[in-house]
Amino acid sequence: MKPGITHAGLTAVLAGVMLAPVFGLRLVGSGTGIRLEADWTPIVLGMALVFLFQLARDALGQAFAGCLEKLPPRPTPSRQVLQGAGLALLLGAFVLPFAGDRAQIDIATLALIYITLGLGLNIVVGFAGLLDLGYVGFYAIGAYTYALLYQWGGWGFWQALPVAGAMSALFGFLLGFPVLRLRGDYLAIVTLGFGEIIRLLLTNMSALTNGPDGISGIAKPEFLGHPMTRRAPEGSVTFHDWLGLGFNTQHILIYMYLIALGLALFSLFFTCRLQRMPIGRAWEALREDEIACRSLGLNPTRIKLSAFTLGALFAGFAGALFAARQGLVNPESFTFVESALVLAIVVLGGMGSPAGVILAAVLLTVLPELARGLLEYRMLIFGLVMVLMMLWRPQGLIPARRPKLELPR
Amino acid sequence: MADFVPQLLQQLFNGLSLGAIYALIAIGYTMVYGIVGMINFAHGEIYMIGAYSGLVALAALGPATGLPLLAVLLIMLLAASVVAGAYGYAVEKIAYAPVRGGHRLAPLISAIGMSIFLQNWVALGQGARDLAVPALLPGGLSIHAAGGFVVTASYARLLIIGVTVALMIILTLYISRSRIGRASRACSQDLQMASLLGIDTSRVISYTFIIGAVLAAVGGVLVALAIGKLNPFIGFVVGLKAFTAAVLGGIGSIPGAMLGGVLLGLAETLAAAYLSPEYKDIVAFSVLIAVLLFRPSGLLGRPEVEKV
Repeated sequence: MKPGITHAGLTAVLAGVMLAPVFGLRLVGSGTGIRLEADWTPIVLGMALVFLFQLARDALGQAFAGCLEKLPPRPTPSRQVLQGAGLALLLGAFVLPFAGDRAQIDIATLALIYITLGLGLNIVVGFAGLLDLGYVGFYAIGAYTYALLYQWGGWGFWQALPVAGAMSALFGFLLGFPVLRLRGDYLAIVTLGFGEIIRLLLTNMSALTNGPDGISGIAKPEFLGHPMTRRAPEGSVTFHDWLGLGFNTQHILIYMYLIALGLALFSLFFTCRLQRMPIGRAWEALREDEIACRSLGLNPTRIKLSAFTLGALFAGFAGALFAARQGLVNPESFTFVESALVLAIVVLGGMGSPAGVILAAVLLTVLPELARGLLEYRMLIFGLVMVLMMLWRPQGLIPARRPKLELPR
Repeated sequence: MADFVPQLLQQLFNGLSLGAIYALIAIGYTMVYGIVGMINFAHGEIYMIGAYSGLVALAALGPATGLPLLAVLLIMLLAASVVAGAYGYAVEKIAYAPVRGGHRLAPLISAIGMSIFLQNWVALGQGARDLAVPALLPGGLSIHAAGGFVVTASYARLLIIGVTVALMIILTLYISRSRIGRASRACSQDLQMASLLGIDTSRVISYTFIIGAVLAAVGGVLVALAIGKLNPFIGFVVGLKAFTAAVLGGIGSIPGAMLGGVLLGLAETLAAAYLSPEYKDIVAFSVLIAVLLFRPSGLLGRPEVEKV
């Protein structure tokens, strides 16, 4: 195993070169200059680890290959079992707000918002195969639509919600037009550019959007016209007076959660039905082969535009809900990292698989909250997971199942 | 109105030095795209790592080495090149090579993951805050124009332009004359055919990533010296703009990347000066979108043929 050792040694040197300027030699500002604080432990440790790993790689590979073969094939539960599990989950989702504490309900609401976003992006990326890196732009438009309507027009959440969705959908439609001719990577970059432009515009149009500070004090949703506040504005009755309950700040949290749940369920139902409609089939055809799709007489323009528009619609709904939950919107909430997070939800769950998207959205919002001690490492792990998923399981946690029929041999 | 000409000259100079940096980074994007057909999203992060490595070298030399300035600069650039080259090579081997030929979106998503990872990797090691870079090259050439307006060409920015021009000449000679340069041109025409003809394509791909990384690292060090501060998140926007420059010039074309970089730098600086500084990023992204809409093959690129 002579070449193995040489190879491992070279890799270790490479690792040393890579580790040294980042972890071994820390730059510390001192006065006008900078000085170094050297710490060789991480470098040597890292090099040793890489060296050993390279030496053992073949052996490890064989061990894991054997291990994978031993794993039983994934069980394919029957329809009844799946339906039962789905119902149980749904029931659990309805009971949760009445059993959980404030923090839990809040995180669950956030997870539901991300589920809505993930399902929306799943239309564009999963079904139609168009990589959209600027999805957060539509989310921002939804959030700002409600915020601005509230601030300038005094609109309530329920009046603004459809407008927010429509606004985002309109932008999705408008932005869809120019990118129609682009494919693959180019499309990804242009959508990324759009997302950034929207954020920059929101930051710089200070007269309208109050610039980087954003808009604060956005009202929470009302229940049938009854605000869930301690005191009602003139001419209306508060929710707790209306029902004769005592005022409890928990009410509004539960209410927000239920709205988010309703929205997520609506998105789930809607996207699942869409997938089975002719338009959904057309999206999948486009994803698999654009040229073949065109040859069969399908119009790619309409297919792509509908995917962009409908995807953006859900982002708009989620955005309005986000604005209501936070009570505050500013451009900081809509950076590229947010787009990457939603994309990671879709990719991690399995492109085109609604169940996978839901699982990934819950994982990616709840896990960071559980591992608060690892907060520093959150984004690091997040990036790593994206890479590793592509290496080991590009089809996602719960791969989309396509209806297929195998001929008996 | 008397100030107009000197002011314009000043802006053109600034735009040129900015454009030189974009050009240096854009070459990395364009070469990788030309050969492997993927957008190396983590390229901006390599640029940032290069800047940090150069700074580490500077700090390691200490404030009073007595070495001439030129030697200090060379050591900084060399250190940055070695480290960035290592990162470029390793990133390709770890994150891109295994997913090549698989799912269509896999390399791009893997690259986005790598970009986020590297940003936070450096933020974890070196801290996420702005780091002040010592002014190694203070001052500059001043030209007094009529009307009391002074056009200043700072040494740091002059250095950017000088080094960029030198590297461009070296790169052009290298691509056109050397053996590996010829192999890489063959690979960019047809990777599969080149490999059938006995070219070690994985080696050529590695070289491409290393060369791109070295150029970006040099750019990173020079920018850090010119601007005077550094943080782990500078790579993202600069990378995006350099990619814009590559697309503007015609992706896959090295002269195109140079031209695109300079044009974008000029456009951005002039927009900041004569429209509004807040809108310079918007101008850059709008240029990208406009180019892709009206001339997707870029200024010097060949139109892409749709292969069935």
